[in-house]
Amino acid sequence: MFRYLIHLFITLGLALYLTGCAASNAHITAEIPPMHTVSEFSDDESVSHTHDPWEGFNKGMYKFNYQFDRFVFLPVVDGYETVTPGFVQTGVSNFFANIREIRTLYNSILQAKGKESLVTLGRFLANSTIGIGGLFDPATSFGWRQQHEDFDRTLETWGVGTGPYLVLPVLGPSTARNASGLAVDGAVRWAVVSSIDPFGETGASSEIEMGATTLEAVDLRHREKFRYYESDYPFEYYMVRYIFSERRELTTIR
Amino acid sequence: MKIARDILIIFLLLMPAFAWADDAVYRYPIDDSYGATILGTPQNLRPELSGKAPVKTMILETDQKKPEIFFYDRGLRYTVAFQDRKAPLIFLIAGTGSGSKSPKVLALMENLYHAGFHVIALPSPTFPNFIIDASTSHVPGNLSEDAVDLYRVMEKIRDQFKGRIEVSHFLLAGYSLGGTEAAFVAKLDEERKVFDFSKVLMLNPAVSLYNSVSRIEGLLDGIPGGPRRVGAFFNRVMDKSTNFYRKGAFVGVDDDFLFAAYQAQLLDRDEAGGIIAVSFRISSAGMIFASDVMTNGGYVVPRNKVLKNSDSLEDYFWTTLHLSFLDYFNEYFVPYFQSRRPGLSREELIEALSLKSIEGYLASSAKIGVITNEDDFILAPGELDYLRRVFGPRLKVYPRGGHLGNLEYRDNMAFLIDRLRSATW
Repeated sequence: MFRYLIHLFITLGLALYLTGCAASNAHITAEIPPMHTVSEFSDDESVSHTHDPWEGFNKGMYKFNYQFDRFVFLPVVDGYETVTPGFVQTGVSNFFANIREIRTLYNSILQAKGKESLVTLGRFLANSTIGIGGLFDPATSFGWRQQHEDFDRTLETWGVGTGPYLVLPVLGPSTARNASGLAVDGAVRWAVVSSIDPFGETGASSEIEMGATTLEAVDLRHREKFRYYESDYPFEYYMVRYIFSERRELTTIR
Repeated sequence: MKIARDILIIFLLLMPAFAWADDAVYRYPIDDSYGATILGTPQNLRPELSGKAPVKTMILETDQKKPEIFFYDRGLRYTVAFQDRKAPLIFLIAGTGSGSKSPKVLALMENLYHAGFHVIALPSPTFPNFIIDASTSHVPGNLSEDAVDLYRVMEKIRDQFKGRIEVSHFLLAGYSLGGTEAAFVAKLDEERKVFDFSKVLMLNPAVSLYNSVSRIEGLLDGIPGGPRRVGAFFNRVMDKSTNFYRKGAFVGVDDDFLFAAYQAQLLDRDEAGGIIAVSFRISSAGMIFASDVMTNGGYVVPRNKVLKNSDSLEDYFWTTLHLSFLDYFNEYFVPYFQSRRPGLSREELIEALSLKSIEGYLASSAKIGVITNEDDFILAPGELDYLRRVFGPRLKVYPRGGHLGNLEYRDNMAFLIDRLRSATW
């Protein structure tokens, strides 16, 4: 499965690169300045404050994600939605959300958020036991609401700036700091899983872990309603970038 | 005594029925026309529907050669919800800048599907996808030309589904600009008779495209610094909303949040109007840009420039956001049609983009009806009276609801469906 994915990545990347080449060798007609240009409207306050020096790269990634969604991700998600009944999907979502509680837990501790740490620990214990390994979420019905913390937020409380806007492959809109946060959280998870080695006795632990990672990705995509270019709006990239930044504004610093 | 009491109880039970029938106690709750337009109808006042309609997105492939930056556009996207038995089929036309999956279209689809119709929804001719794929001129806004494009699309879609669904007869409805367009499509259908629509419904239509657009653009005159300061205005409103959100215990930016903000009078009337105009600007920015690229018009993009996917469009975004629909009309639209028809005056064109240009047909055609609101601000002074004069009993006016705010309100939806089902008005 993994090798297949890598192969697809390379093929898609190559295809995107080649289409880029094919399109760039046309047109030599002289350009004529338009009737209106942005300089006329420089007296207004700008709306976007997102630092986006890698826009060209980001737009390439944005396009790649669209193609990846279209040819790989969404067909798999559609298949998943067709094959599995609704309660299984909820169970899968709960299961992975429960595993992510660990991430929230150590990050709230790193940020010295006492109450959040306790709620998260309580949730994790309750859902892992009464909730049968996290398949159910009884903790929410006790009034313990799910918290969201990750290393990106930890870096933020430590005073690290967000850094430039960055569109990640498959994962989508992000920032440089968020990407480092993801890397750290990913490394922690990898370290934990390999020290416990829960599937060690099966003799196929790496395959099982790979399958679990894929299932988690499918679950996340299944719960995300956003579809690239669905708005058909020519400036969608900028709208998404703006909304991404605003949403971060809303959910942080509360 | 017992009989008297029973009669009293029956009378009490009947009371709400009497009350509902009377416009004086129309219970759509939002008095302010801008508030209604922004908020729409609270969830608990919408019709209760059992289950979801099987809405599917379809693509009508076109052979238009597309510029590279529109690589994602694979054909005209429309939505359908079909019954599994013989049923009347209604075409819906979306309002300015909207696609066939906009919330209002989906709301109409759900309700009409549950009322037993096959439903096919089309994007507005001002929607970039339509401009790129289905518009012959790629210059939207000319009502009779847009009607021809819409009609062609409807025929193609009907051909796609021939033999797969059973249709008893055809109907047509549109809201906002889509309502005005529905009238022009209906007139075209009288000549071509492909669908022979049995009923045509215009929901909160514009009477004159030019007047309505002027009125919406005019809402920006009330913001500090006027239309040239839309960016500063937008930032201020966003800051207010963000602060309000942070102070309250909201779970997300949803209806609850919006209603709470409304009740707290977060925005004054000028600001509410400004936000409506800004959202209109956001739509028109996409429309202007798509049209300019498709025609190589040299309006905001240099003529002959071939845009690549990696090119930044941010400056074009900012420029088009600051151009009003009236700039587009005067500097781009009028010259384009004058170049095709020398001697055509600006005034003649404005006249042509109005229901007045097909008034004779509208007055005499018994199948066309209009539903609108007393406080719909896209109508210029006198235009409501004009509708009354032309449509007479085929016009229904609700006392409030702004521009389409009450579309999803129970009474409105029930009335609308009842009109579509009945043989006469």
